[in-house]
Amino acid sequence: MSEINGKTLESQTKSSVFRRRVFGHQGVMIGAAIVLAAVLIALSAPLIAPHDPYYQDLLNRLVPPVWDSRGSWEHILGTDHLGRDYLSRLIYGARISLLIGVGAALISGLIGTVLGVAAGYFGGRVDMVVTFMITVRLSMPVVLVALAVVAIVGGSLQVVIMVLGFLLWDRFAVVMRSSTLQIRSMDYVAAAQAVGCSTTRILTTEIMPNVVNNLIVIATLEIAHAIILEAALSFLGLGVQPPLPSWGLMVSEGKDMMLFEPWLITIPGVALFLLVLAINLLGDGARDITAPENRN
Amino acid sequence: MLYYTLKRLGLAGLVALTVSFISFGLLYISSDPAIAMAGETASDADIEAIRQLYGFDRPILVQYFDWLQRAMSGDLGKSYYFRTDVSALIAERLSTTMTLGVSAITFAIVLSVPLGVAAAIRPNSLIDRIALFLSVMGQALPSFWFALMLIVFLSVSLRLLPTSGSDTWQHFIMPTIVLGYYAAPAIMRLTRTGMLEVLSTDYIRTARAKGLRPRVVLFKHALRNAVIPVVSLTAVQFGFMLGGSIVVETIFALHGAGFLAWESITRNDLPTVQGLILVFSLFYIVLTFFADLLNAWLDPRIRIN
Repeated sequence: MSEINGKTLESQTKSSVFRRRVFGHQGVMIGAAIVLAAVLIALSAPLIAPHDPYYQDLLNRLVPPVWDSRGSWEHILGTDHLGRDYLSRLIYGARISLLIGVGAALISGLIGTVLGVAAGYFGGRVDMVVTFMITVRLSMPVVLVALAVVAIVGGSLQVVIMVLGFLLWDRFAVVMRSSTLQIRSMDYVAAAQAVGCSTTRILTTEIMPNVVNNLIVIATLEIAHAIILEAALSFLGLGVQPPLPSWGLMVSEGKDMMLFEPWLITIPGVALFLLVLAINLLGDGARDITAPENRN
Repeated sequence: MLYYTLKRLGLAGLVALTVSFISFGLLYISSDPAIAMAGETASDADIEAIRQLYGFDRPILVQYFDWLQRAMSGDLGKSYYFRTDVSALIAERLSTTMTLGVSAITFAIVLSVPLGVAAAIRPNSLIDRIALFLSVMGQALPSFWFALMLIVFLSVSLRLLPTSGSDTWQHFIMPTIVLGYYAAPAIMRLTRTGMLEVLSTDYIRTARAKGLRPRVVLFKHALRNAVIPVVSLTAVQFGFMLGGSIVVETIFALHGAGFLAWESITRNDLPTVQGLILVFSLFYIVLTFFADLLNAWLDPRIRIN
């Protein structure tokens, strides 16, 4: 290591440190593996699903999974109360969860980033207004407002994405505001201002690249948050509507028979748990890697 | 301190006003209350009559100030479904939700603060890893599913607890666990971080150096200071918990305000929904107000800034 030549220096570059941190981080590796699997499953759902997730086979209702003595390989995870193949519904359900998670995080991320960066950079009145908006938003009960709006407007995939997107921007705004505040006081921002760079240019080339790591961490955690909320809304009947195979809806439909056929709720529940766990591990890990000093 | 209190009070009032306007506007813009009241079979003339009778034909701002004025004096209107005063209805249900909320936050604190302290005393030890593992697991567990699993195992398989209703204290055990576990990871992590920070300060080293017993250093010197941020987080979590009570109360058929919220949302009972959003928000605002005051009192740096 003491040898100073091109190669050893290169092995100490940012990207190699980054790579070592990623592959050395257990949580990130487990999280990434599960998330990658879920994304692949969601993308290739029509190819890998053994049956049509909406096809009702009323003669084969409530077939238990294959590990049960009454189960068969025809329906590996069994069938639901309408005879629909549970595995196929689970596979298509990954699409809904990921779509809602990413969609809601995109909307709330856009709102929160604009508000937070503006508040942090301009300070003064802008900061006061944004901080006030965050306080107002935090005072409103998310689940209650989301349920009420979905009940009035009507539940659909788009509505749920929009409602969650417009409700979950608070954490983005809080984190973006404090990171921008931190970057704004850096000498290179003062230098850019002194040379006469426009505000747009400073925001896009000096501020944004330096807060984007935090943005990614929050976005990841908010995707998980949105997925859990969607499942809860759908479970209560005021989210994604049947016959769509939302995992929350599957738990809800299996609830009445859970005492006799507990696998009806364990299977979609475990899927939900694993996906959210994996995304959270990825988000926590991303924070450890990009900003190890902020651990805890 | 007085200046800080007044400033903070003004902010709380302004937030409450804004929330009341949003919750009013949100529901009135997106639906026609006259149709909801008259029912689906009503004729156009009936709907028009109701609209005039209740003043739904007036501009929204006029309606809002009218509603606000009455809300200030405790009148939140009449429920479309229950045909009684919304404020009486909410007041009646709120005690169950409060019992649930208080026991859930107590459960969360009892579980997470000792765990956080233990994890901070020995970072990277087995107990620290277990605490971290539990908090990661807890944050990923959907509460509605956890509730159902508890019912399957504790009520049905082991026959330990009643599944639904709110008659005895046993009915509150499972809802308390379900509502409380969700707040525990955040409180645990903050206690741990706070303790780690405080334990590395000079005054703790001094306290140790002068030969104080470890227990005194830990609890009297360290925990007291580490717990300051935990106070406000607990208040925030308690506020969120009441919102989360909708899911839990619905599953366990616990007749509190959360269950009322679900009932009135599914029945298009707008005045009740509006009243509940207002009451839940006000509760959060009051809670964070007192938490901030408590913080300012505990930590003079806050009130001077």
